[in-house]
Amino acid sequence: MSALTVLSDANVVAKRNIIKIKRVPDLLVFTTLSPIMFVLLFAYVFGGAISVPGGDADPELYREYLMAGIFAQTVIFGATITGAGLAEDVKKGIIDRFRSLPMAPSAVLTGRTLSDVVNNVLVLIVMSLTGLLVGWRIHTSFWEAAGGYLLLILFAYSISWVFAWIGMLVPSPEVVNNASFIVIFPLTFIANTFVPLESLPGPLRTIAEWNPVSTVTQAARELFGNIPPGTPKPTGWPLQHPELYTSIWVLVFLVVFVPVANAQYRHSTSR
Amino acid sequence: MTDAIVARGLVKKYKDVTALDGVDLVVPTGSVLGLLGPNGAGKTTTVRILTTLLRPDAGSAEVAGVDVLARPSAVRRKIGLSGQYAAVDEYLTGYENLEMVGRLYHLGRKRAQARARELLASFRLEDAADRPARTYSGGMRRRLDLAGALVADPPVLFLDEPTTGLDPRGRTDMWDVIQTLAKGGTTVMLTTQYLEEADLLADEIVVIDHGRVIAQGTSDELKRQVGGERLELVVQDATRLARAREVLEPLGVGTPTVDEGRRAFVMPVSGGPEVLSEALRRLEAEQIGLDDVGLRRPTLDDVFLALTGRATQEDENDQLETSGARR
Repeated sequence: MSALTVLSDANVVAKRNIIKIKRVPDLLVFTTLSPIMFVLLFAYVFGGAISVPGGDADPELYREYLMAGIFAQTVIFGATITGAGLAEDVKKGIIDRFRSLPMAPSAVLTGRTLSDVVNNVLVLIVMSLTGLLVGWRIHTSFWEAAGGYLLLILFAYSISWVFAWIGMLVPSPEVVNNASFIVIFPLTFIANTFVPLESLPGPLRTIAEWNPVSTVTQAARELFGNIPPGTPKPTGWPLQHPELYTSIWVLVFLVVFVPVANAQYRHSTSR
Repeated sequence: MTDAIVARGLVKKYKDVTALDGVDLVVPTGSVLGLLGPNGAGKTTTVRILTTLLRPDAGSAEVAGVDVLARPSAVRRKIGLSGQYAAVDEYLTGYENLEMVGRLYHLGRKRAQARARELLASFRLEDAADRPARTYSGGMRRRLDLAGALVADPPVLFLDEPTTGLDPRGRTDMWDVIQTLAKGGTTVMLTTQYLEEADLLADEIVVIDHGRVIAQGTSDELKRQVGGERLELVVQDATRLARAREVLEPLGVGTPTVDEGRRAFVMPVSGGPEVLSEALRRLEAEQIGLDDVGLRRPTLDDVFLALTGRATQEDENDQLETSGARR
């Protein structure tokens, strides 16, 4: 099967999923509704009580600081759609239909993860507009900002593949949803997404420092110019090299889960 | 004439269940095979193996001359599969569904689009072509699903319970479609729980139960296997059934079945009209009144009952209860 066939088949599959985003706009509304609530909650309820480094509980500074964390959390939750969507396709027999066609087998998951990138781009646009409304601004060059978005998208894309595997493994959309919530919720909170790490107790802080969610947030924060002035240099190698450390995770996720998820697709969707 | 589908000794085991226990099948090119059996007999497992969705634990299979285990993707180019529940994407329109399948068969954009229009027309879905499939009725979804299986004009078609859950109208529609395809030379393997369906559509019937082939042949051959005609009568007064059985049993060639609820009595006989008139004389002498009486050729229901000791799915629940009680 040539690479061209894989791409063209993946494109057909992705197109199908994108039509669904268009036909069921509720899906996009609900993926963005809860992060918007988070923005409002943290910006106006908790924000006043959280001091960003160097800015003694300045709510305006906190809102700028907050957005990168919200972006990271949102695209990660966006990546879980991959798992739920695939599990639903298994349940409805669509995967069986695909598997009985002479298409490139890897195109099903590739198409799925690609369309979820489109979904995440739309979500990021909505969230950025929300951010602008609450006072968040990009203070860097176009290219730096683009790099920030790109890293967020790439990180979410690599996590999509983890969920592609889970979606093939646990063929019930409800299970995928619940399971992903249990894993992702602590992962996005034991991080610098909403609070500076200085406030975390010892071991938790170390975990948070090595958590890739922290580093992707840190990278986005730096690339958008949202680090409050006077912030001390972060501790720990990952946070000092957030772009590099995040990219390593992206690569690891892809190298491990692209083949694992595809093997799962080929062998065990059949029950 | 070569064989379009050949399966030898297919075995598939799940943890503690043996789904298939050595199934052999041969379907000559251009014929229709009906794979008949109750729920859980192994019909779907057989289809899934032959359509490359599932690997057997043992055995081998060839479809359209291609080894299913060695060259699954070559097999996929030659088959169409329409599953037990319609595998259509409910958010796509009928047209988009078929175009997508065409693209994935690598027909090319133009050809896929033309083929989608063609199929929508021949399956009477033109008016609904641009509506999302979730607005379709059950029958329309099935037709769309079957149309999807036909996009690449496959020489071999697998239909897994194509009419389960359809209303009578939808069922006859589906039968027409299948008969047309068969006339056009497509080899069809269809699974069904409905004996009537196998009787009507299939050139040859394979009966499976508990993962094994328990009988095969044409509908007529199977009926012959179970013996000749049936004497069937309905008495006016259910309390006289026992007496009726006593006087009639010596005339039969097999064990009669008595259904108290329907006040019915059925018994295999071999003498034809003479037996019928003798039976009537005896009942008259006993003054047992009748609502209905007749001789009929055995149906596949009788075949199934005779082969498995169980009735078909209509009575499945009763059967489960009685077999449970026996254990």
